Amino acid sequence: MLPIARVRRLAAIAVASATALALTACGAKTGEESANAAATVDTSGDTIKVGLLNSLSGTMAISEVTVRDALMLAIEEINADGGVLGKQIEPISEDGASDWPTFAEKSEKLIQQDQVAAVFGCWTSASRKAVLPVFEQNGSLLFYPVQYEGLEQSPNIFYTGATTNQQIVPALDYLVEEGVESLYLVGSDYVFPRTANRIIRAYAEEHGIEIVGEDYAPLGSTEFSTIANKVEQAGADAVFNTLNGDSNVSFFSEYAATGLTAETMPVLSVSIAEEEVKSIGAENLEGQLTSWNYYQTTEGEANEEFVAAFQERYGADRPTSDPMEAAYTSVYLWAAMVEEAGSFEVEDVRAAADGITFEAPEGTVTVDGETQHIHKTARIGRIGADGLITEVWSSEEPIRPDPYLRDYDWAEGLS
Amino acid sequence: MTDHQTETGTGNGTGDETTTGNGSGARGARWRLAGGYAAAAVLLFAVAPAVLSDFRLEQLARYLCFAMVAVGISLAWGRGGMLTLGQGLFFGLGGYAMAMHLKLADAGPGQLPDFMLLYGSTDQLPWWWEPFRSPVVAIAAVFLVPMAVAAVIGFLVFRRRVRGAYFAILSQALAAAFAILLIGQQATTGGTNGLTNFQGFFGFALNDPINRRTVYFVIAGTLLALMLLTRQLFLSRYGELLVAVRDSEERVRFLGYDPALVKLVAYVVSAGMAGLAGALFVPAVGIISPALIGIVPSIQFLIGAAIGGRASLVGAALGAIAVAWAQTTLSEEFPAAWTYFQAGLFIVVVAFLPGGLISLRQLLTRRRPTPLGAST
Repeated sequence: MLPIARVRRLAAIAVASATALALTACGAKTGEESANAAATVDTSGDTIKVGLLNSLSGTMAISEVTVRDALMLAIEEINADGGVLGKQIEPISEDGASDWPTFAEKSEKLIQQDQVAAVFGCWTSASRKAVLPVFEQNGSLLFYPVQYEGLEQSPNIFYTGATTNQQIVPALDYLVEEGVESLYLVGSDYVFPRTANRIIRAYAEEHGIEIVGEDYAPLGSTEFSTIANKVEQAGADAVFNTLNGDSNVSFFSEYAATGLTAETMPVLSVSIAEEEVKSIGAENLEGQLTSWNYYQTTEGEANEEFVAAFQERYGADRPTSDPMEAAYTSVYLWAAMVEEAGSFEVEDVRAAADGITFEAPEGTVTVDGETQHIHKTARIGRIGADGLITEVWSSEEPIRPDPYLRDYDWAEGLS
Repeated sequence: MTDHQTETGTGNGTGDETTTGNGSGARGARWRLAGGYAAAAVLLFAVAPAVLSDFRLEQLARYLCFAMVAVGISLAWGRGGMLTLGQGLFFGLGGYAMAMHLKLADAGPGQLPDFMLLYGSTDQLPWWWEPFRSPVVAIAAVFLVPMAVAAVIGFLVFRRRVRGAYFAILSQALAAAFAILLIGQQATTGGTNGLTNFQGFFGFALNDPINRRTVYFVIAGTLLALMLLTRQLFLSRYGELLVAVRDSEERVRFLGYDPALVKLVAYVVSAGMAGLAGALFVPAVGIISPALIGIVPSIQFLIGAAIGGRASLVGAALGAIAVAWAQTTLSEEFPAAWTYFQAGLFIVVVAFLPGGLISLRQLLTRRRPTPLGAST
């Protein structure tokens, strides 16, 4: 006999499939205008909600927690000053857990459930790439505070960290000025170093620099004796270092073990800021070069106030770094855009963005409405024995952001 | 870890769910089964869409993908005794197969996917991308590629009677190797970023909430179908044989069967399920990346099945859903401390309920607890 169970089972499946098909029939095809669930900003209460999306657990937590702290500081300061458009800012913090799909999920939660006016955060390019479609589909706003590899320009993201022409290109200019004729490239195996090194190779070809080696280590790798030996034998004038996180500890100790020093073969790093110097150990890094837009030692009243406020809030032993400063600045820039627009709506805020300026700790920054990046001053620094970085060179004025390197002939064909 | 050979005669699963007797007992079990699936179907197709917001429904879709992997793990590990610590490999193969097709479909005929224009050094589509332009090839590849890879691995491994921890380590190494390979080939695989930003799913715009809902229904339907299929496998003569191989491979060999072949089938089927789960994960979540297929996610797939009850189909599926749900909820409530809760949950279950949460049912109904390979 045909068991009733089977009949019921088939019936259930049939009903389910029919429902699914019926619903499918209503959906929009690709390319059609769909009933897009545009983000609605909740402006009903006395407060305005914003999202903070940082990794509070996992491998990236050590860096991203400092960004969260800087964001909180800016929000508290703005609130103490009366808030934005008369509303207090209410931060909602979510953990991206160093996991890219989690970033996508949490950003969607912040936009759809909490109806935040803007989201601040993300560190790695992978997390930014993961959330980008979420912000674009929902028509919401992300403020991204970390230097990155460029080649991106989403209408739903404001990039307050450096793009390549504000960090890597000035670093190369500086090395050329110093008479460097050959380079060794060392990096972690992910998108930023690989893309940065493609740009460096294009630059090197144009400027007659010889690239004598290019090596990648997996993220988190601590095995550097081979790479350090290769670097030593290659005898380059300098090393361009795009290693991230803990790998730097092993790399620099192996580098020292082969007898190399900052005098014989300087290392220029683009991912080591004050916070990382602290964890790597200043003794391993003394005399080495970095390229950023801000150091704790950057001169100016705005920075003195920022460092004092940060250390008062979180402890006198806490350093401030470039991504923290860019995060802090991003909240002020958003607040200024909202005040200018007189509205929290994403389209109004974007329309008001062009030309917004802020006296940031790094100096005056200006929003470029077209690229949604900001004009930033490039600074080469030297790491001191005390763990602080002192500026040895800076661009004469803030550099206009050029994420696709369109103004550089040698970069043609890169994007 | 899974030394089932020391446990004899404990194979027959989890109480009434696998009762294969005849007469009224079997009929009762059938009724309960039908009732269970009907209830699950009503929950998934009617209640969940009505109660949950679009955002929560999308999360549920993701959990259901993990449940599909867990169903496969329940077959290969729970019933077959193979500690499949590398399901991320198959999840990734299925996921990338689907993602490659969606990327090519977005780009349009003759065009390159967007990330290749940024990171690529060639303006030619790599030859191994080309077949994925065809939706038919892509859909077939979603489960055939993982199954073929599993067949090759399984054939080499089971023939040589590699078992237990060696098999587990090998599976895990393969998952890790696959992730590293993808990272290294940034120009053709997107590197650590993976493949993201999909506009359409077989012609339907993914930013339309209605279509996203449909993706959920497809996933829910697929999960139920896979569970029914696996259940039939459990109940069949093959299912009995698989448990026999788990509990005493040598005896089965002496009886004239080939244990390697028996295990191979379960392994290949579980790989196909993981591949399908990976493929459906892509439109539901919108990303596939090496971070989703390496060692850590492979272990997480296993944790869900272990917490729910690996030898029980329902237990493994519910376990996977529950763990993923707990992860979301705890991380929303306690952004900085949720990992401790997750670890605590795992320890409590392993320490006090080695048969998984599904064995609670037996404790509560005062049935004789069925030993199901209590070692963890």
